[in-house]
Amino acid sequence: MFPTPVERRSAAVQNTYKALLPLALILWLLPLLMVALFSIKPDSDFTQGNLWGLPSAFAGFDNYTRVFTDSAMPRYLLNSVFITVPTVIGAVALSCMTGFALGVYRFRSNIWIFFMFVAGNFVPFQILMVPVRDLTLNMGLYDTRLGLVLFHIAFQTGFCTLFMRNFIRALPRELIEAARVEGVSEIRIFWYVVLPLMRPAIAALSVLIFTFIWNDYFWAVVLTQGVETQPVTAGITAFNSQFRAAYHMMSAGSIIAALPPVMMFFLMQKHFIAGLTLGAVK
Amino acid sequence: MSVSSESTPRGWWHRNQMRAAPWLFLAPGIAFFALYVIYPIFQSFNISFYRWDGLGEPVPVGFENYRQLLDDRAFYVSLRNNVRWLVLYLLAIPAGLFIALFLNQQVRGIRLYKSLFFFPFVISQVVVGLVFAWFYNPSIGLFNPLIGLFGFAPMNVLGNPSTVTYGIIAAGLWPQIAYCMILYLTGLNAVDPEQVEAARLDGARGWRMLWYVILPQLRPATFIAVVVTVIGALRSFDMISVMTNGGPFGSSRVLAYYMFEVSLSEYGFRMGYGAAIAVILFLIMLVYIAFFLWRMWREERGV
Repeated sequence: MFPTPVERRSAAVQNTYKALLPLALILWLLPLLMVALFSIKPDSDFTQGNLWGLPSAFAGFDNYTRVFTDSAMPRYLLNSVFITVPTVIGAVALSCMTGFALGVYRFRSNIWIFFMFVAGNFVPFQILMVPVRDLTLNMGLYDTRLGLVLFHIAFQTGFCTLFMRNFIRALPRELIEAARVEGVSEIRIFWYVVLPLMRPAIAALSVLIFTFIWNDYFWAVVLTQGVETQPVTAGITAFNSQFRAAYHMMSAGSIIAALPPVMMFFLMQKHFIAGLTLGAVK
Repeated sequence: MSVSSESTPRGWWHRNQMRAAPWLFLAPGIAFFALYVIYPIFQSFNISFYRWDGLGEPVPVGFENYRQLLDDRAFYVSLRNNVRWLVLYLLAIPAGLFIALFLNQQVRGIRLYKSLFFFPFVISQVVVGLVFAWFYNPSIGLFNPLIGLFGFAPMNVLGNPSTVTYGIIAAGLWPQIAYCMILYLTGLNAVDPEQVEAARLDGARGWRMLWYVILPQLRPATFIAVVVTVIGALRSFDMISVMTNGGPFGSSRVLAYYMFEVSLSEYGFRMGYGAAIAVILFLIMLVYIAFFLWRMWREERGV
């Protein structure tokens, strides 16, 4: 292991290390801790200049309740769910098929199609912005969640295909060959042989895409407007103008908005990191 | 094994499925991707040669939009900021490596520490931007008291044209460092322990060990870290929009933000001009995309 494990060092080094860990963590999360502290303070603490001290009274419950009762936040959160979940399902479904096609079959244009997906995935959003907005307008889907979902599915298919294709490449080919010898049709091979083996990839990809889409802001601003359709990343701006300078409320709102992907990460940590670090190890 | 099906002629599908199946599986994905990603790229190139407000008839203007860019001060400010983002964002890679080395131990509770160091990455950039904007805020933020401890005078990071971009980049580095850290932690996990022990016996330690033994084994992690960091730097939009709206006086704009501002904001709907900016940004990105594809192609041939 590198660096040398601390257990092999002197007691002094070990204790210093163990003391440094929480300190480093506090420093690392300091901006976030500040906002977390703000979110449980009562309004009066800000007017009296008690900014970073202990809250004079615990107002966390009130603040967080008000986020849900006094603002459009629940609506925005719901919109985010209705945008994110269909996108995850759509992008994963499409890329299971494209990944299968590119990972299993050998045909001349295979690598070029694969490269098209990979390259498209890296493209700056701005080069797509004007035409995609125009296309969505022409389809009558501007300012609808469906319009946003369709674009997200299409764009995420690039990254998902890269992911799935590499995953399928690493599966044992003998399984597929054996099934072919038995005369199993290609569609049934996909459904009964390969798809069950792809479960870990599907799980990893789902949590990743969930996070990416939940956190999207750019396309939400370009393709939607208003409370009926906008996801929480865009809604938080409206929320903040409603509670202008009420830092305890804005802090609570931001934490609520950020929470779902964070929970997703802590619940599905193994899959999340496996997905994110794909290719980081040979 | 049964060979009964081999020579019996069955339907068209049965005879041609090996050739038809990949296209069947690819069709929906390619259709979606072509419609929403590939075709729009070409459309943007085309629109950049028009003057268009998004509603009326587009007026062909040739290279006029590009000529205007050359005289546009805001364009140069954005371009210069993009270079700053690109260069400073790369600091996420050594910083991520440093934290990964710090956390690559096996003391009690270290898994939780790793998760807590990583989780800023899963917070949306919008919220990260807000959090840092309040952190820098001269009246409520912790930033000024903090630098005060080291004897610095208080400053308004986001209100000053000469510091604003650095302030936003620092906020952007936070999740990016976490990302690089997790890549390196995974890489360090896979470092061959025998090689490390052998190098130790040869007297290698500290920096020399890191440079000659560890880093070469971390090459794949470094490659991915570079790719995602460069892409992330050029995609910077959310934070600028949330923290400053490109201000003060447009001094924190980058191309991605300026393009949005030109095409879709109260300053008017200049789609053609916006498309021209997007094309420039795309061409910059194309260098990296080409590099990435070239690497992949080499690897594929090696397999």
